[in-house]
Amino acid sequence: MNLVFYTVQQLVNALSIGSLYALMAVGLAMVFSILRLINFAHGDLIMIAAYFAAFALLAKLPLGVTIVLMLSGTILAGLLMERVAYRPIRGAPDVAALLTSFAVGQILQNGTLLVTRLLQKPNPLAFPVIGALSGVFTFGSITIPRVNVVSLLLGIVLLVLLSLFVTRTNLGLSMRAAAEDLPAAQLMGIDINRVIATAFAIGSGLAAVAGLLFAVQAGQLTPYMGFTPVLKAFIAAVIGGFGSISGAIVGGYALGGLEVLLTAIPGIGDILPPGLVSPRMQELLKQWLPSSLTSYRDAFVFLVLILVLLFRPNGILGRREREELG
Amino acid sequence: MLELREVEVSYGNIRALKGISLRVAEGELVTLIGANGAGKSTTLKTISGLLRPKSGTLSYRGQPLGSLPPHKIVALGISHCPEGRHLFGRLTVTENLRLGAVQRPDHEEVRRDIDYVYKLFPVLKERNEQLAGTLSGGEQQMLAIGRALMSRPQLLLLDEPSLGLAPLLVSAIFDTIRQLKREGATILLVEQNARLALDIADRAYVMETGRVTLQGPAMELKHNPQVEHTYLGT
Repeated sequence: MNLVFYTVQQLVNALSIGSLYALMAVGLAMVFSILRLINFAHGDLIMIAAYFAAFALLAKLPLGVTIVLMLSGTILAGLLMERVAYRPIRGAPDVAALLTSFAVGQILQNGTLLVTRLLQKPNPLAFPVIGALSGVFTFGSITIPRVNVVSLLLGIVLLVLLSLFVTRTNLGLSMRAAAEDLPAAQLMGIDINRVIATAFAIGSGLAAVAGLLFAVQAGQLTPYMGFTPVLKAFIAAVIGGFGSISGAIVGGYALGGLEVLLTAIPGIGDILPPGLVSPRMQELLKQWLPSSLTSYRDAFVFLVLILVLLFRPNGILGRREREELG
Repeated sequence: MLELREVEVSYGNIRALKGISLRVAEGELVTLIGANGAGKSTTLKTISGLLRPKSGTLSYRGQPLGSLPPHKIVALGISHCPEGRHLFGRLTVTENLRLGAVQRPDHEEVRRDIDYVYKLFPVLKERNEQLAGTLSGGEQQMLAIGRALMSRPQLLLLDEPSLGLAPLLVSAIFDTIRQLKREGATILLVEQNARLALDIADRAYVMETGRVTLQGPAMELKHNPQVEHTYLGT
């Protein structure tokens, strides 16, 4: 395969997986920035969205209706989560909130398991094929899965819309103010319950989109499928600078790029066109960067995370801690 | 206009306010003076709804305030400019001012009020697109006061506007407070600089460890031997 085509293909992969990470990470970051809450149940919203979509598709509903149901169901779940679990413990120590988020996650996972049993669906559940998202695009000798292109474009469009929302609208401005100094935001006359609910709603909506795209790529669903994505989103948010939306976006794409790089570089000796490097060099590459290294990808990702935390403890776009008003 | 009766507030087990009563009439400039930890800022935070009273009543124009959330209190026409300014440092000067008017839908009027603040503090206009965190201390205080005015409050709560400012800036800030008073504002001013506060206030309350120990017209308190000794250093 030609190196240029290979590079383009990997670049699309990186941007598409990066889009998914960024979509998930901004939800975590928005909630954290206002409430200092690391909402690990965010991953279970991704899972719930995938199940909503799967059940709707299995019921032979059209794709448009499926998406509307999935979005509204997931947003409702996110809002309920905030209202029922997090609002009553607002102001409690951070660790209480963190533990609550694990509990919420457990409830969502077991609830989903219960529903699949009651509906007598298999576990894992095969995700129904969506015509519009399956198959590949072919450009010359490049083939790219259609879902990757959709992820990339959808991710960019939604993140641009989110950026416009937080910079151009009063509600977005209120959200940034609340993230910076909650009591001062209250003194401005901002209804913080409304702002927090909005953060949960937007985060849940973006998680739902990511959940659908993940489900298409994975092909099957389990009630525990949210764990890896939320962990990745958390890493992305930390790499970018936890608690800032721009940091989450940068971190998401950085993590996507890193993962694809760590997948693509091992085995590069096998695909380099002859003559690009000396035969001796090619042998060395094959010897030292065998494709089997790919399976260590996540270990390298965590290594990079540790390095980021060592040298930039507040992330790529990090900033120092804020001061509190009584 | 504003009346507090026997208000008690606690932080956990610590009683910060041990039953204080005070009132502010329309058009008045009332000051709360006292040492650090006397409960002055706690009083303002209780009025603006950041803290809940354990007992006692607060009323504004006859309406009880005790259980209202802060944004509803802003809607009633009370604006609190907190100690330490608490600007949104990563937002621009203009964005900070817009946030001060976040409850007001009238965009045209809001823009006019932003211009009013810029007329009050011309230096802010030059820096309107700068991040608030990059302003100097004096400019930040001006922005904090300007931002508090953006909700068009009928009652303005000012907490330590002179804190950490050079003398020249302090007198500039106090000139502004005087100007606001001339324009008819009702102001409750918390100030450690008792001399300045008593100079511009109509009436004053002296607070000590969560209680009001003295009260009266500012001119009278200024010449009260106890106040002279403790707070004016004469």
